Amino acid sequence: MAGWLEFEKPLLELEQRIDELRSFADDQNLDVAKELARLESKAEDLRKQIYGKLTRWQVTQIARHPRRPYTLDYVRMLGIDFTELHGDRRFRDDEAIVAGFGHLNSRKVVIVGHQKGRDTKQNIQRNFGMAHPEGYRKALRVMKLGAKFGRPIITFVDTPGAWPGIGAEERGQAEAIAVNLFEMSHLPVPIVIVVIGEGGSGGALGIGVGDRVLMLEYSIYSVISPEGCASILFRDAARASQAADAMKITAKDLSELGVIDETVPEPPGGAHRDPEAAGRAVGEAIERHLSELEQMGSVELVRKRLAKFMAMGEFKEV
Amino acid sequence: MDQVSWLKRRKRGIKDSKKREMPDGLWRKCEGCGEIVYHKELERNLWTCNKCGYHFRLQANQYRDILVDPGSFVELLSGIESTDPLEFVDSKKYSDRLTAAKKKTGHNSAVLTGSGRLGGHLAMLALLDFGFLGGSMGSVMGEKIARLTRMAIEERVPLITLSSTGGARMQEGILSLMQMAKTSAMLARLHDEGLLHVAIQAHPTTGGVTASFASLGDVIIAEPGALIGFAGPRVIQQTIREDLPEGFQRSEFLMEHGMIDIVVHRKELKDVVVKVLDFFTNDGPDRAEDTLGQARKQGL
Ligand SMILES: [Zn+2]
Repeated sequence: MAGWLEFEKPLLELEQRIDELRSFADDQNLDVAKELARLESKAEDLRKQIYGKLTRWQVTQIARHPRRPYTLDYVRMLGIDFTELHGDRRFRDDEAIVAGFGHLNSRKVVIVGHQKGRDTKQNIQRNFGMAHPEGYRKALRVMKLGAKFGRPIITFVDTPGAWPGIGAEERGQAEAIAVNLFEMSHLPVPIVIVVIGEGGSGGALGIGVGDRVLMLEYSIYSVISPEGCASILFRDAARASQAADAMKITAKDLSELGVIDETVPEPPGGAHRDPEAAGRAVGEAIERHLSELEQMGSVELVRKRLAKFMAMGEFKEV
Repeated sequence: MDQVSWLKRRKRGIKDSKKREMPDGLWRKCEGCGEIVYHKELERNLWTCNKCGYHFRLQANQYRDILVDPGSFVELLSGIESTDPLEFVDSKKYSDRLTAAKKKTGHNSAVLTGSGRLGGHLAMLALLDFGFLGGSMGSVMGEKIARLTRMAIEERVPLITLSSTGGARMQEGILSLMQMAKTSAMLARLHDEGLLHVAIQAHPTTGGVTASFASLGDVIIAEPGALIGFAGPRVIQQTIREDLPEGFQRSEFLMEHGMIDIVVHRKELKDVVVKVLDFFTNDGPDRAEDTLGQARKQGL
């Protein structure tokens, strides 16, 4: 059972047993209805037990699940006829971010998203979804192109963070992200952000400024990874679980902190257990928000976007 | 900042905060070259070593005194203070860390905001204080800088930011990350209004602050030898497991790679900022609008 999480395994084993029993019974023409019902009910209990009270650290692992749908999976599941555009016209094409255009329910949209790889080869090509400055610059170039023609923008956020490397620093990782925040704050078209997996710090926010910010139920969004926070503040990377609790990084947390607009529900156990259902939920949410945003003129849109981010933060005035 | 005004400040009983940081005595060891430097000489050289050029770290009010015309600074937004929205606890409680930082610095946040004149030009200033929890950006810094930027727009004056920071304040979690978007969004308005932002980067300027307002200056000035970057060198080294090149992420390296306009010695810092203000603000924005208006009228 490679690629599955430790806490999922008891359930997966049980589900496997149910499948085996069912096919065995079919073959032998046996009546096992009673036994099947017993096992199904046991599985249901186990599902509730496991997924009903996930810790933030377990949510983190679902958010990073190797079978979790990625940006291009959602693009496909949403039925978008995607034409990918490459490169920042400055340095190279960074495959940790994909950008392009297509139709979503006959609406013309621009799509930008982090893209992780499914296997080692793809992950080397995609750099584990960790973009260099040219990735952010490509994203902005394509978003500006969309804005020029009034096309709404959808971004999918799914990155451990912006790449910390020599070339990335030489080419201005910080500047690239800063400019995206600056520019996305006043692009005159609707922008819907969907955090589908890992919202890793500035690398996530670099394509994360918009009119609506949605998070999938088992995605995370944080200022630093739980491991990073643990090694700095708790002086022990192994205390990531504790750091995840301290930082409050789940959709539920961010909703309570007023940072996100909506939590998109996932199928029981997470999007990887039923990707098509996750895809439908994401598609429905995007459609609903875009229809609302399209009622606004660009001036109102940009004014409200600024007000939205101005309202973020907690402090007192004495 | 000359000695006379330092003395005046002392006579007026203004708290001399650097005393806390510097050990009492006549001399100090330079952290750059290890030489012994006289205190008075350091002070005269605005806390730079005259042997090796090392720039000692300053507090926000020292930068205020270096940059602003004497007597012209008015502190603004000083009543905005941190709460502990996540009730964050690591090895210590965040609320205890805040209390300790307030006590240590005599300030209630990691950024000093206000208005002042530089060579006669009125400007809004946001000066970060590394001494206050590493100059980290949480909700308070984000709010103060965003509101100060809005005041710059209302007053139609330039904004000057001076950064010295380790980045986002982890103890405020996602709220601290969102301050990057908040400050950058407000700077976009400043830009749309045709107003100037001068960003000064002092040692160190890293993380979420570099990836937001500190990199969004129309003109970006850095002090010599300052560590400036997105990721810290240790994180990079741990990730790539390679030696980092000589001078990596220092001001001069960044200028070489096109990320900074000017590296300026602290003794020339004010002169350079004033030069920029002279050039870009003398009847700047209105004139620019007029010119554009004229051009449009003429059908250009
Ligand atoms: Zn020295």
